[in-house]
Amino acid sequence: MTSNLRAETIHFDSYDGNSVEAYLATTESDEKVGGVVVIHHFPGYDEATKEIVRKFAANGYNAVCVNLYCRESPDASPDDAAAAARASGGVPDDQLVGDVGAVAKYLHALANSNQKVGVIGYCSGGRQSVLSACSLNLDAAVDCYGAFVVESRSESTMTSIVELLPNLSCPLLGLFGVEDQHPSPEQTETLRELLTKHNKDFTFHEYDGAGHAFFAVDRPSYRPEVATEAWGEIWKFYGQHLSDKK
Amino acid sequence: MCTYDTERITVTGSAKGADGWFRATDATISYDHPVHFGAGHALLVDLINPALGASSRVGLELNAESARELALAILRSLESVPAGLLES
Repeated sequence: MTSNLRAETIHFDSYDGNSVEAYLATTESDEKVGGVVVIHHFPGYDEATKEIVRKFAANGYNAVCVNLYCRESPDASPDDAAAAARASGGVPDDQLVGDVGAVAKYLHALANSNQKVGVIGYCSGGRQSVLSACSLNLDAAVDCYGAFVVESRSESTMTSIVELLPNLSCPLLGLFGVEDQHPSPEQTETLRELLTKHNKDFTFHEYDGAGHAFFAVDRPSYRPEVATEAWGEIWKFYGQHLSDKK
Repeated sequence: MCTYDTERITVTGSAKGADGWFRATDATISYDHPVHFGAGHALLVDLINPALGASSRVGLELNAESARELALAILRSLESVPAGLLES
């Protein structure tokens, strides 16, 4: 399915009353459609992420990516904003959850919303996607190779979120590269065991020949065959959980 | 992955960014995803002045070998300064 779409930069009030910048792509459909919150990777609210937002709209969803760094660096380029975020240790978890919740509310309010909203995140956004699904009532979540879900590093500000996994509110799709070490196949197995223990609905795909960031079309880690297959899993998963058509 | 491991130091000096020279007050050093350099990870150095905003930045993205060579070259250069010329 390929739909006509409209894409634009928007500003709206987030959970804390601050106006935040976001990129919105809406699908032109007479039918009610699901919404997707796209969480950008650590390098920022960049062109590649905006292309992902448009891809969701082209495939029949409304999608929004909020600029997670816009509070601290409102007028900066994505790379400068990402450098500032890195220097300050990243986006606090509470702020991330608040922003995702505000985006979900925005998507629900769109005229053609079917009142179903999912989340997807890449790299650091993979962890943040799981965090969001454990903190908010969502309809589907996709974790693309997020590290620090089951592990913490003493040197890092990022910590495990295993204690939140019992609160996972929706089905989870995990997409991982076997050659990735963060998360490693062993860490993915640990997450699988924990989700099974908590009786959660999840599906994991682990791809041979791929490491971290295999979706990133502008990076040497891009693996086109794996990415194409994994996109197919996303369409199937969101088709089951965000679409009114079964 | 995103390492989130960032060394941060205060510096005294100037740097030339996209909008010209500015007074650099801080430097951050990390090994993380580069923006422009074609590798999964790189040694990232940013000379910044947060008080002037995120755009007051000079960024470097180097492979590990280059970063080590640069660090050593900086130290060699400082060690070879004639006596009496080093200013604080």
